[in-house]
Amino acid sequence: MQQFNLLVASLPDGILLGFVYGLAAMGLTLIWGVMNVINLSHGPIIALGMFGTFFMVTKMGLNPYAGLIPVAVIGLFIGILIYGIAVHRVINAPHLSSLLATFSVNMIIIGLGTAALTTSPYNVDFSAGSTKLGSTTILGTRLIAALVSMLFTGGLYLFLYRTRPGKFIRAVANNRSAAELMGIPSTRILALSFGLGTMLAAVSGALIATFFPFSILSGGSYELKSFVIGVLGGLGNPIGALFGGLILGVLEGIIPAFLESSWVPVIEFGLFVIILLVRPSGLFGAKK
Amino acid sequence: MTILLSLQGVTKQFGGLQALTNVTFDLPQGQILGLIGPNGAGKTTLFNAINGVYPPENGRIIFRDQDVTRARPYHHARLGMARTHQIVQPLNELTVRENVMVGACFGHENQNLSNSAVIADEVLAFVGLTSRADQLAGSLNVAQKKRLEMARALAARPYLLLLDEVLAGLNSSEIDNMIQTVLKIRERGITIIMIEHVMKAVMNVSDRVIVLDYGQQIAEGSPETIAKDEKVIEAYLGDPKLAEQLLEEE
Amino acid sequence: MKLWHRYSGILLPVLVVAALTLWPVITGKPSNRESAFTILKAVALASSLNILLGYTGYVSFGHIVFYGFGGYVGIFLLTEKDWSLWMAILAGGVASGILAFLLGSAILRLRGAYFALATIGVNEAMRAFINNFELFGGPTGITLNFSVYKTYGGAAQALQTSFYIGAGLALAALLTSYFVRTSKFGLGLLAIRENEDAAEVMGVVTPSAKTWAYVLSAVIPGMIGVLFFFKNGNVEPHDAFPLHASIELLVMVMLGGQGTVLGPILGAFAYQGMRGYLVTSDFFKDIQLSVSGGLLLMIVLFIPAGAIGWLRHRIPLMRRVLA
Repeated sequence: MQQFNLLVASLPDGILLGFVYGLAAMGLTLIWGVMNVINLSHGPIIALGMFGTFFMVTKMGLNPYAGLIPVAVIGLFIGILIYGIAVHRVINAPHLSSLLATFSVNMIIIGLGTAALTTSPYNVDFSAGSTKLGSTTILGTRLIAALVSMLFTGGLYLFLYRTRPGKFIRAVANNRSAAELMGIPSTRILALSFGLGTMLAAVSGALIATFFPFSILSGGSYELKSFVIGVLGGLGNPIGALFGGLILGVLEGIIPAFLESSWVPVIEFGLFVIILLVRPSGLFGAKK
Repeated sequence: MTILLSLQGVTKQFGGLQALTNVTFDLPQGQILGLIGPNGAGKTTLFNAINGVYPPENGRIIFRDQDVTRARPYHHARLGMARTHQIVQPLNELTVRENVMVGACFGHENQNLSNSAVIADEVLAFVGLTSRADQLAGSLNVAQKKRLEMARALAARPYLLLLDEVLAGLNSSEIDNMIQTVLKIRERGITIIMIEHVMKAVMNVSDRVIVLDYGQQIAEGSPETIAKDEKVIEAYLGDPKLAEQLLEEE
Repeated sequence: MKLWHRYSGILLPVLVVAALTLWPVITGKPSNRESAFTILKAVALASSLNILLGYTGYVSFGHIVFYGFGGYVGIFLLTEKDWSLWMAILAGGVASGILAFLLGSAILRLRGAYFALATIGVNEAMRAFINNFELFGGPTGITLNFSVYKTYGGAAQALQTSFYIGAGLALAALLTSYFVRTSKFGLGLLAIRENEDAAEVMGVVTPSAKTWAYVLSAVIPGMIGVLFFFKNGNVEPHDAFPLHASIELLVMVMLGGQGTVLGPILGAFAYQGMRGYLVTSDFFKDIQLSVSGGLLLMIVLFIPAGAIGWLRHRIPLMRRVLA
């Protein structure tokens, strides 16, 4: 009975968090789906998003949700920049090259971030109230974050399926050389896709900043979660990423009711490896 | 007359596509078998099935009295089967000699490094690549890569050699050269199956010919019989040049 | 003449390791010894990883898991079961080898990026698991009782001995790397790296070849782990499975040139040397990770074959010596 209570208490939170995890993972999986690159700078960009919110709130006095727009825009541009500098040259090289290229960006960001911001925790002092659902308390920040994630997911879907650039992105993801033959400027589309991926990562970071304290190193664990979710949902499949995020969120909500919460990562990564072995295309089907 | 290779009812599907249906034949030792058919008939797929790369769903493949239907390609190699690929597969960052040594080391003779170096040099001389022995395989042109592919297969001193379009892209005198090479290979006691589109070569070299069309065996027999076979001509009528060639053989 | 020809590829690597070992002996400074140890440790780890990465072409991001796992097993036996340091080191190596054998059979089926991700997953799962594993001390890990060092002549002497063992392990790593590279087994691995499907068609038994390459690449890291944590006095999950360091290992191998014996050694040397300089320099201290990252990016973008690989391509005559 006690376990059931724990479950009821932590499950809704897990689900809501799951939406945000899904958003982060979508950023990673989009880049993978379009250009077969695993962005190892995903984590630090999430952390940058966290700091984005921090600066918007503390230095500019903005509401963190209003601050999402500039964070998103900056995230987009950072991605385009990273693509141009680090990824473009190795886009057709063996996987190892792009993995190392994005990892070097990871190192660069962390290095600069540690120097500028140290590794002490930062906090965004913000509360959006809370509501009671039966015997459980649901924090406003979680609720809004989940809604925002859903909004961004919907926005991404509309962009990919209802706009011209979106169509180009899907074409390039499907068959880059054929797309080029049809006159689609693949370099610009690839840069845009990368930017979209980092934008989603930054926004998810910005939302997470309203939940927990963070430092420049905090992105790491969310990056790992994004890998797990990406594989769960099928690499290259954004909708799969959302569902994968929910599954992970639910797991994180359920497990502490039965085991100590320190077992959560064991189960997460164990599941990760098992899915890679048993069904590498994920539960919902990978794009490639 | 020993039967080296025996195919019984080999059937292969790729999703909805029926690539091979009920392919059946016996291959005696020392024979040169020509495998022809229009593009997309399933010839390379048949090689892939014989070789273990894409095992068939139904049917059996017996090689040297062993059932190799579901075996992995390295099993086939260990038993003495070697093949060349239609699209060459060189080991780019290794030298030409090292490429050929791989064939000798991991074929059925299981040679050590120093022996395979000797074998490699001998085989390279046979195919005319001695001057390039220390070059990286990736730096060769396509024709040279094809010869390298053949050298690699020969270095394994196989019982059965599967040649997939070795003549593609060669000019008339090069083709004549290659035909002589194939005959010399047979003289060494190696049994050969050749996939070819160059009719002149196939008809002149093969002891026997099998024709595939849409994955089915539509004809089998001596080159002369095949050239006159109505079904064969019909299959190639979609390909006028080849039909003409065939008719010319008469 | 023949002998020189046969072994020229091993000469330079051995000289480098010998130089690193003798330098602190000659100068007599403990700080030099500790710096040399760090480099030798990197040499051993990078050379081992190279067997999997450079020769077989399988990119492992989480290779450090063997260092941590072997280290934990060895330290556990040392402290809880009173094993001698030598036996503990050996046990660490064996444990890692067994782990690699079991893991390899499962994850070596994956290719490319999927394999890389799986290795990350394995490292993180192991770290999280050990974090919960009471027998190995859970989150606080295992701490060596200072009296352990008495058996080895006191703490100072123990550090000296550890240094020599470390040098020995580095030598063992590069000898292993060399003998694999020049063996028939190694030729099969290289064939797998270049074109795994073609290699299989030619008769290379790819599943077992890959697994043994994995095992060989895991044993020495396991041993080094035990040695390092012995020197360190304790082992904790966080220190035992550092993902960032694992990826930096990749950097070292790539920097020098994967697929050669000498490459990872020079790469480890250069990378550790650079880090050592950056960490002590006032200006670079805080951003040393960024500098390393920038360097890595330059290499990936402009000299992907690494320093030794680049030289081998340009100067074919040197191929024998720069094995």
